[in-house]
Amino acid sequence: MHELSISRSIAATVRDNAAGRPVGRVRIELGQLRQIVPETLRHCWSLVVEGTDLEGSTLEITEVPAALKCRSCGARFTLIAAIFRCEHCGSREVTIASGEEFMITSYDIVGA
Amino acid sequence: MGRFHRHSDGTAHDLGHDPGPPALHSDLGDHSGYDDARERVEILERILGENDRTAEANRQDFRAAGVRVVNLMSSPGAGKTSLLRATLERAADLVRIGIVEGDIYTSIDADRLSGFGAAVSLVNTANGFGGECHLDATMVRSALGRLDLPSLDLLVIENVGNLVCPAEFSVGEDARAMVYSVTEGEEKPLKYPAMFRAVEVAVINKVDLLPYLEFDIDRFLGNLADVNPDAQVIMTSARTGAGLDEWCDWLTQRAGGSVAAG
Repeated sequence: MHELSISRSIAATVRDNAAGRPVGRVRIELGQLRQIVPETLRHCWSLVVEGTDLEGSTLEITEVPAALKCRSCGARFTLIAAIFRCEHCGSREVTIASGEEFMITSYDIVGA
Repeated sequence: MGRFHRHSDGTAHDLGHDPGPPALHSDLGDHSGYDDARERVEILERILGENDRTAEANRQDFRAAGVRVVNLMSSPGAGKTSLLRATLERAADLVRIGIVEGDIYTSIDADRLSGFGAAVSLVNTANGFGGECHLDATMVRSALGRLDLPSLDLLVIENVGNLVCPAEFSVGEDARAMVYSVTEGEEKPLKYPAMFRAVEVAVINKVDLLPYLEFDIDRFLGNLADVNPDAQVIMTSARTGAGLDEWCDWLTQRAGGSVAAG
């Protein structure tokens, strides 16, 4: 359960960046190849910010589908199971086109 | 990895969560009271960036000391510590080995590794690290102060037993290896692809038990190849010693690289 330490890390980054301004929504991109469970991350976020200056802020998670690109035939396709093989020509010469993202992209400053 | 959405009928698909306009995602979480955003701040910060920076600092220290580093991972009970004991018995005279031992609470594994000629530095993740189920770069850094790195050729980091979390955290290692036991079934590469994809070597341990199990080794190797076709496979039994020469050769070659480079 590394989502708790990851939530702390996100909170630290946002807190530094916001420099005391009130934070609302925090947006992150999460690739599906990451071994991180969005529901758990959201739950951990609420625990981590409770009683802090970030209390009430929410984590908005945009999941990025895993996509592969075949180096043999050039096909690009979405991965639906963890089989890293070209679904068109069967080659294992594939590269990950997307799905490993794990970024804070933006947050909202809120308040009157 | 492994978060492909599945329905109760077992079908899986991606939910088409294209990074579209943020409004599409406004139903996620509780946004009550936060429709009054005054300003949107773009930051584009890697979430594990701090860990990666510490891992890079570790890497610089390893390089300066001329020590090569292997991050050894597995699920609990796959036999990492037994394999390391057997490794030290064979290789501790040839290669100067240090070990960072990751354990949530106890010193049991560190104790099992003492007396074999290797310097062992224990990290209890329950002490100041929130009882984490993995080692991260900061925890490994805390262990380095108790090791004389320049006197070592090879540092093996025995991670906390866990097939999920350790794969997400670089610690500054040169190579990642995993121990997998034949009692764990054939399907784990598909269930925990992040771990199986992360490693250069998969040590398949406890092969002495194969006659007593219904473990289909070919199916397992096919699953492993689907997830990580480049993984080198070494079959071992830490109990009987089978395959340990091959494993020790791989390790000492890794360490030899440090002598040449250092």
